[in-house]
Amino acid sequence: MAFQGLAERLQATMQKITGKGKITEQDVKDMMREVRFALIEADVNLKVVKKFVKTVSERAIGQEVMKSLTPGQQVVKIVKDELTELMGGEQNPIQFSRKPPTVIMMVGLQGAGKTTTTGKLATVLRKKHNRKPLLVAADVYRPAAIQQLETLGKQIDMPVFSLGTDVSPVEITRQALEHAKEEHQDVVMIDTAGRLHVDENLMQELVDIKELAQPDEIFLVVDAMTGQDAVNVAKSFDDALGVTGVVLTKLDGDTRGGAALSIREVTGKPIKFVGMGEKMDALEPFHPERMASRILGMGDVMSLIEKAQANVDEEKAKELEDKFMNQTFTLDDFLEQMDQVKKMGPLDELLKMIPGMNKMKGLENAQVDEKQMGQIEAIIRSMTPEERTFPEKMNASRKKRVATGSGTTISQVNRLLKQFEDMKKMVKQMSGMAGKGKKKKMPSFDQFFK
Amino acid sequence: MSWFKKLKQKLTGAPETTEEQLVEDVVVEEKPELDQREESAVEQEEVEELEEVVEVEAEVEEQEEQAEMTMLDSILEDVPEDKKKEVEEEVSLFGKFKLGLAKTRDSFTSKINDLVAQFREVDEEFFEELEEVLLQADVGFETVMELIDELEMEVKRQNIKDTSGMQSLISEKLVDIYNAAGDDEDMSLNMQPEGETTVILMVGVNGVGKTTTIGKLAARFQKEGKTVMLAAGDTFRAGAIDQLVVWGERAGVEVIRQAEGSDPAAVMFDAIQAAKKRKVDVLICDTAGRLQNKVNLMTELEKIHRVIGRELPGAPHEVLLALDATTGQNALVQAETFKEATDVTGIVLTKLDGTAKGGIVLAIRKKMNIPVKFVGLGEGIDDLQPFDPDKYVYGLFADGLEMESVTEDK
Repeated sequence: MAFQGLAERLQATMQKITGKGKITEQDVKDMMREVRFALIEADVNLKVVKKFVKTVSERAIGQEVMKSLTPGQQVVKIVKDELTELMGGEQNPIQFSRKPPTVIMMVGLQGAGKTTTTGKLATVLRKKHNRKPLLVAADVYRPAAIQQLETLGKQIDMPVFSLGTDVSPVEITRQALEHAKEEHQDVVMIDTAGRLHVDENLMQELVDIKELAQPDEIFLVVDAMTGQDAVNVAKSFDDALGVTGVVLTKLDGDTRGGAALSIREVTGKPIKFVGMGEKMDALEPFHPERMASRILGMGDVMSLIEKAQANVDEEKAKELEDKFMNQTFTLDDFLEQMDQVKKMGPLDELLKMIPGMNKMKGLENAQVDEKQMGQIEAIIRSMTPEERTFPEKMNASRKKRVATGSGTTISQVNRLLKQFEDMKKMVKQMSGMAGKGKKKKMPSFDQFFK
Repeated sequence: MSWFKKLKQKLTGAPETTEEQLVEDVVVEEKPELDQREESAVEQEEVEELEEVVEVEAEVEEQEEQAEMTMLDSILEDVPEDKKKEVEEEVSLFGKFKLGLAKTRDSFTSKINDLVAQFREVDEEFFEELEEVLLQADVGFETVMELIDELEMEVKRQNIKDTSGMQSLISEKLVDIYNAAGDDEDMSLNMQPEGETTVILMVGVNGVGKTTTIGKLAARFQKEGKTVMLAAGDTFRAGAIDQLVVWGERAGVEVIRQAEGSDPAAVMFDAIQAAKKRKVDVLICDTAGRLQNKVNLMTELEKIHRVIGRELPGAPHEVLLALDATTGQNALVQAETFKEATDVTGIVLTKLDGTAKGGIVLAIRKKMNIPVKFVGLGEGIDDLQPFDPDKYVYGLFADGLEMESVTEDK
């Protein structure tokens, strides 16, 4: 029960109400209790929750909900709209200095993910903005923090400026700025040490760095799992430094991420990026609407569609679809379809974005085994072009050869062939029903992993 | 000023009442009503503490915090010369725990104190405010609701009308939650008899402080005269191995390592062989941080756990889950999933020196019966303290009472 989405909660409340024929103010109050529950369980700060629930109540008690035939849904909609609005309208691009170098400071608590985010952001700046970032190792306190940044720098092939741990971070910054000018690096990213917002000395150090470097952006890096304390942290950092934006990390976990709302409400500063994984390209722009869905436990269809758009070659998809309908779909095509899906990212990530997927019992742990996918790929690649086009030609000796070639067993080869055959049959039935290839939906190849 | 205004001010970070004022407040508000049983219980605890602490050869450090010194001075005033040292030691160790908790405690205790002070009557409004204070400590909805229900029942049964007795009742209930699962449970680490190696596996999500905790643990064992070895099992994150090596150097213990990117289970295999050969007392194994919903990574962790058990039957003897006190409700899922994968035996609550309260450990204890074994109170090598539920809850909620009895005692 702990992580039910708001939608289900409201549904449960509504079931008690339906049959009454009329929604009363008390009913709205009951629904608001559920909204409050959901937000607190999502780690939205209590103070923010209170304010928010008040706003929503006012709207709900008004005409909108009372007269609606589907009050539950109406409330969800209002809640989501308000959440989205609270988390800030349009996308905020990075501010670049007119006179290079642009200076970006990364600050936050210990373990929030500053160094990893620095690496990711540098990658984005190079790839999307065509910049030449210099990474500055200003964390002289945590053991091996500098090595961490240096290793990352090597991974992404980016220069790292460090002076060891005996030089003060302010001095490191000063020399780094000079170095950047000499080397014509047009962005300087200062990776500062994690610190507690109540540590006055260390906070002063950040202020000193800020005074010296006059950064164009100060990003507060916050762990998406942060609880009620997020407001204190964000407020202290903002008061001391005037942060310009927030990066929410570890959002690839299963946290609801209510901290996002708290921080936004308390500081008024935009959330610019979200960290979605440990790989260096796993940094995405922040989308308030998706975050709202997530906080409410409603799935993230938009991200899924966008991922598909970005990675699936439309022409190829069309071609595949035609082949499907004409019954000329071969194992080669199947391989292609698999590649396309793989490009969209880890499959379990994709599954999670589908609304309802997270709460379907049994499916929540239906991990698509990437290894198994690799095996399927190996089997198909071990077949000759002829065999791929006409799988029915596979006899015992061919199967044996393929199994050996792909490092699998004959029964695995058999299973793949059988499933492929089943799929073809299904398509046949479907296209029969849908008439002249009107049916848009491709049969899923989920079955291959069962 | 009304209670609501005060609370609001606290939440928005406006100037807080100083501790002195608060203590005064409490003295005025609480003392007449202080029930005898309560007081003697506190005294009893103090005595036990003293005995405990005297055994530990705690060093009084040169640069104690100003606040602590003042406290120390006032306590030492009336203490006979020969006892001075002991008391000093006690206060030093105890003080560290408290200092670390100070910020947590200040805002939290003062809230409870205010609550008691501002509300004359125990009514619905009182409980509502109490509920909010608890929710803000990340205790979580379910646990808070259950606690409030129990309190309401207790209030009815004892026919409590005014708030004066509530403070101790609240603390009591919270300690109860923590102890309900097993009163005389052994919270210490499961150490193997001499001559055998104790293996401790450290797990947790990214950035909670696993490696730092291992460094502190190593130093702790070292001080106890045990031989310690570390296994650099985080072969994934950049710089993680170097980080552990630095901690190893600080504590003066050997670190078994392989190259970055190698199989962590293989590192464990090596480490266990080395530990057996060199007959070390304690082997502490680091692992890479992983989000609990990454099934492949959790499977990897299961494998690490399995390999350790295969190479040394009975091991790991402790699986410690590092939890960041700043973490909200997700900590519950973390505990659940990690317990499933590695049979977690205890929690290390890290970063408790900030303003976060880590109240979710109450819910975790309640639901899964995983005890907190240590708390992390800073970045220094000595900033790891054994967890004492009474002290923790007491420190959070009823500090006023405790301080009072300490001074009275002398």
